[in-house]
Amino acid sequence: MLQSLGQNLAFGLLIGALYGLVALGLSLVFGVTKFLNVAHGELLMFGGYASFWAFSLLNLDPFLTIPITIVFLFLVGALLYKLVFSQTVKLPEEAKIKNTLLIAFGLSVILQNLALRFWTADEQSITTSYAGAAITVLGVRFPAVRLASLVVAIIFLVALQLFLKRTYTGKAIRATVQNWEAASLMGIDIHKVYLLSFAIGAALAGAAGTLVAVNYSIQPAMGLDWTMKALIVMVLGGLGNIPGTLVGGLVLGVTESATSFFISSNYREVAGLVLFLLVLIFRPQGLFGKKEG
Amino acid sequence: MLSIEKINVFYSELQALWDVSLEVNEGEIVALVGPNGAGKTTTLRTISGLHKPASGDIRFLDHALGKQPPHKIVELGLSQVPESGKIFTGMSVFENLELGAFIPRARKDRNQSLEWVYGIFPRLAERKDQQAGTLSGGERQMLAIGRALMSRPKLLMLDEPSFGLAPILVQNMFELIAKVNQQGVTILLVEQNVQAALELAHRAYLLENGRIVGQGNSKELLSFESVRSSYLG
Repeated sequence: MLQSLGQNLAFGLLIGALYGLVALGLSLVFGVTKFLNVAHGELLMFGGYASFWAFSLLNLDPFLTIPITIVFLFLVGALLYKLVFSQTVKLPEEAKIKNTLLIAFGLSVILQNLALRFWTADEQSITTSYAGAAITVLGVRFPAVRLASLVVAIIFLVALQLFLKRTYTGKAIRATVQNWEAASLMGIDIHKVYLLSFAIGAALAGAAGTLVAVNYSIQPAMGLDWTMKALIVMVLGGLGNIPGTLVGGLVLGVTESATSFFISSNYREVAGLVLFLLVLIFRPQGLFGKKEG
Repeated sequence: MLSIEKINVFYSELQALWDVSLEVNEGEIVALVGPNGAGKTTTLRTISGLHKPASGDIRFLDHALGKQPPHKIVELGLSQVPESGKIFTGMSVFENLELGAFIPRARKDRNQSLEWVYGIFPRLAERKDQQAGTLSGGERQMLAIGRALMSRPKLLMLDEPSFGLAPILVQNMFELIAKVNQQGVTILLVEQNVQAALELAHRAYLLENGRIVGQGNSKELLSFESVRSSYLG
């Protein structure tokens, strides 16, 4: 009993880090541009298929396909921003959120149908030669693939944090978040900042997609589920709070696995939504956000 | 150096500026004064490219500004300290100054500029690692000016630098602005504190209801009956 509880919590933590990475791009894009990109899950799905292709055609290890996925999705993100989202930049904030919500919703339908055409509705997954390998600590199994995914997720979280805190471009992004007008008076081209943030957000969705393809499976209609997870984690972690996003992901992962252990796995998804509502009601600034933050 | 020729600016349907013309020559301190809502801030925002004029010309050192985006205008050597400073409160004083030197030309000379700005505002050097949001009103204004100076502007526009400062600090702030001007930076100053602004400036324009209604050297304007009765009491 105790051991299987431990096993459950371990899985919760492992998947939680992946949830954090899934939310990271959405949170970055929303924080910088105020676009609520509900097509985030579809970008993740494209990332999954990009990795699947590179894995099955080029015979690459899935973790080595991540750079390809990132570059591919970065370009897709930049293109989508240029073609559709950039039109909304001049709108006031509220109109911007509403309009981009509609645009992204339409986009998610288009991307799903494109995926259906390219890859059919069949479920695919990436199974590596080391898929069965695991490390056992105190009777709790840590599958190698999931551990590697955890490491990858944490690397991305740390890398984004360092990029935003240490580089000139990262500081320009933070300045734009705080006050875009003042940022433009510093000589920062805010359209470039938006474009870059959106493309980085898409690239992060792509990387998350690779991990999803390795740990679960991919199919064209998967996007919405992952967008939901990302939204829940974003709200838990607090907007623009990168360490918060990781912890938010872990909280969701553990809540889900505890729910399936103590109640029933049927209520797994419900638990996340309940958590989401509770946080919105009692701590709308996120679990770790400061008020007004 | 800067010449504005009959610009008209609208906020959607509403006209905010009517045929506004003004001129700033190299080395000057020019004040743009007038009551609240006269269009002073709109004038500066239009020069900086945050609003587009519906008609009229803005020229700065042989460049037409009317259609340029804000970041290009900064690169040409024209910086603005916006109303109430708008410093990046979630960053350190140092990071704010660093961002002031964002444009490539300024980034190269960042360390020199930093020394220059710390020389003018020693307080900023003392507080460089402090979060900008924890600064006092006067320090925030210093940071806003220092940050704008980091881009090495030829012309610096200041929007109400005395706003919200205690009277003794206002005097101090105006002395610092004079000091910046003596270091070779031309200044266009927007102020509601008419007396102090006219004492500091070489020339001034009086803006009312979106129109220029008076101009001249500061002494002339100070002696204008209408200015005296409306603004100086």
